[in-house]
Amino acid sequence: MTVLDHRPTDPVPGWLPGATAPRTDPAPLLPDAAPVRVLGAADLAKYDPALLLDLYRRLVAGRRYNQQATTLTKQGRLAVYPSSTGQEACQVAAATVLAEDDWLFPSYRDTLAVVGRGVDPLEALTLLRGNAHTGYDPKATRTAPLCTPLATQAPHAVGLAHAARLAGDPTVALALLGDGGTSEGDFHEALNFAAVLNAPVVFLVQNNGYAISVPLTQQSAAPTLAHKAVGYGMRGRLVDGNDVVAVHEVLAEAVDRARAGGGPTLVEALTYRLEAHTNADDATRYRQDAEVTAWQEHDPLLLMERQLRAAGLLDDAAVARATEEAEALAARMRTEFHAEPQLDPFSLFQHVYAEPTSQLLEQQAQLAAELAAEDER
Amino acid sequence: MTPTRTASMAQALNSALRDAMREDRSVHLLGEDVGKLGGVFRITDGLAAEFGADRCLDTPLAEAGILGTAIGMAMYGLRPVVEMQFDAFAYPAMEQLVSHLAKMRNRTAGKLPLPITVRIPYGGGIGGVEHHSDSSEAYYASTPGLHVVTPATVQDAYGLLRSSIASDDPVVFLEPKRLYWSKAELDQAAGSEPIGRAVLRRQGRSAVLITYGPSLPVCLEAAEAAAAEGWDLAVLDLRTLVPFDDATVAQVVRSVGRAVVVHEATGFGGVGAEIAARVTERCFHHLAAPVLRVTGFDIPFPPPMLEHHHLPGVDRILDAVAKLQWEA
Repeated sequence: MTVLDHRPTDPVPGWLPGATAPRTDPAPLLPDAAPVRVLGAADLAKYDPALLLDLYRRLVAGRRYNQQATTLTKQGRLAVYPSSTGQEACQVAAATVLAEDDWLFPSYRDTLAVVGRGVDPLEALTLLRGNAHTGYDPKATRTAPLCTPLATQAPHAVGLAHAARLAGDPTVALALLGDGGTSEGDFHEALNFAAVLNAPVVFLVQNNGYAISVPLTQQSAAPTLAHKAVGYGMRGRLVDGNDVVAVHEVLAEAVDRARAGGGPTLVEALTYRLEAHTNADDATRYRQDAEVTAWQEHDPLLLMERQLRAAGLLDDAAVARATEEAEALAARMRTEFHAEPQLDPFSLFQHVYAEPTSQLLEQQAQLAAELAAEDER
Repeated sequence: MTPTRTASMAQALNSALRDAMREDRSVHLLGEDVGKLGGVFRITDGLAAEFGADRCLDTPLAEAGILGTAIGMAMYGLRPVVEMQFDAFAYPAMEQLVSHLAKMRNRTAGKLPLPITVRIPYGGGIGGVEHHSDSSEAYYASTPGLHVVTPATVQDAYGLLRSSIASDDPVVFLEPKRLYWSKAELDQAAGSEPIGRAVLRRQGRSAVLITYGPSLPVCLEAAEAAAAEGWDLAVLDLRTLVPFDDATVAQVVRSVGRAVVVHEATGFGGVGAEIAARVTERCFHHLAAPVLRVTGFDIPFPPPMLEHHHLPGVDRILDAVAKLQWEA
């Protein structure tokens, strides 16, 4: 019995051996007809108040982080920042459902989820600042590098989860993707491998409506992106991506299921990026103000604050404390980003190979000579 | 201790995989058809039976998925060996190869090295139809972060594959498929062969043929034929394109003063152009003639019934050698 022997192999009546009879009933794999929603739909009393307050504080800090990072791009302190303003609920939930030994595989817009894993907020930004590719230690933090090519980190999540399962470890991998990423070949190959290997991996698609400027209707003709799961033999879930409690609940269930050997899940979170794709984008060219305004009414922070206050779990003092914490984070970002980063030109030649080749050693000597000549001028 | 025996290159590669898997439990094989079938060239023959379906994994047919999954496995501490069935079938995995496999160590400041060997049968000469005969080494060689290894002998097939699997860096291991059935003595006890060292296969004083992989036997044959015309040709087998053994190449070229680079891949922007440039830069004052290249034509790989016109043969090499009579 190997890890791979998880599928029923009994012949299906009426089908010749090896013929492609339906192997599983697709119905249980189908996503919910309406997105799962907790805020405004369920009684918060059944949830741990400490968890709810933690999620709220993280939303507030995440919003402030997004705002401060965007400001830093305007000051030239960050090369680029793809804001996740409006998507904080997905980011917060992604970070908080994982156990310490689980792995997160983020995309470039997922800095908040990375910070939520415990990565230093400034180290998480080196890629976008431009002073180093990955400022944190992926192994120590069980957080893969922010991935810029679309969906290419998804197969890595599958491979890591598969290897963990072979080792008998309870590790789960969570891959974060956008709606545009679901059109990439690597997304499909990752889902297929995950299902075939029964890998303990969860895919979270943050459907924010646009792949830069291209709306979802031009991205996919599927009923929902969660429906894509069914074709791979995987469970699909649909959730309100601005409802942090719902995203947390759906993801936590998928993670638990994967950990228990139940296989992968594809979760589609319906959300919206309130800002442009990045600071370099002009969102007014492709979307109407009315649409943005409507989504502002469905802001993940507003939803959570309103519900927590209604449930008597949040008062002005608690809001003030959360805001204060977020301001302290923003202040730290400002201070440290106004200092020039320490750059080592010779780091260019480090970590290309375990041992530098003779060619790289020659080029390193060339750079040393160029720097010496500059100093003499 | 396994005694020395006669083996084909395919058997040598199979032995290298088996020995590596026996010695190191973290070595895992994955690819299309590598399990029960033992690979279309039988390089993984018997390994699933010995090590189980988890360690010799038949994957879905998707090269990006295969390599991407291997990357994740390596991130968790395994040492995957990936088989790409044929040269041109590796192209769907190009983004994983270039953007992740080659760069992960660098992207993570050394925290996530990827000890992955990507085995790719490459080159023509076996009558393969379209997409089964490409020589893609230039793509890999111009991608920093990858080692590019290509054995030409049975012993090197074993020794270099052992080193590649043991390497903490990713290796693109190009197997000259037309040499799979070539036989020679194999001494498994000799163990691994270090990556990055060229070796002189034939001594000679008139000129040197610099080559690798599938073109080595052609060059040795050409050197024999040239002897009849009074040319005493050395033949240098690079064995590794990255890292490039500048020292040995320069030493040999300086000692003979004339050089021809031979490979079957297309010439324009090819590895031969790089070698010719390096040799010229380093050995200019020792050269009695320009460095010449003998390559395949700059065409998509031709249909099998025409491939012999494209692949560099003895005559094309001898024509180039004749041109070396040019004196400064």
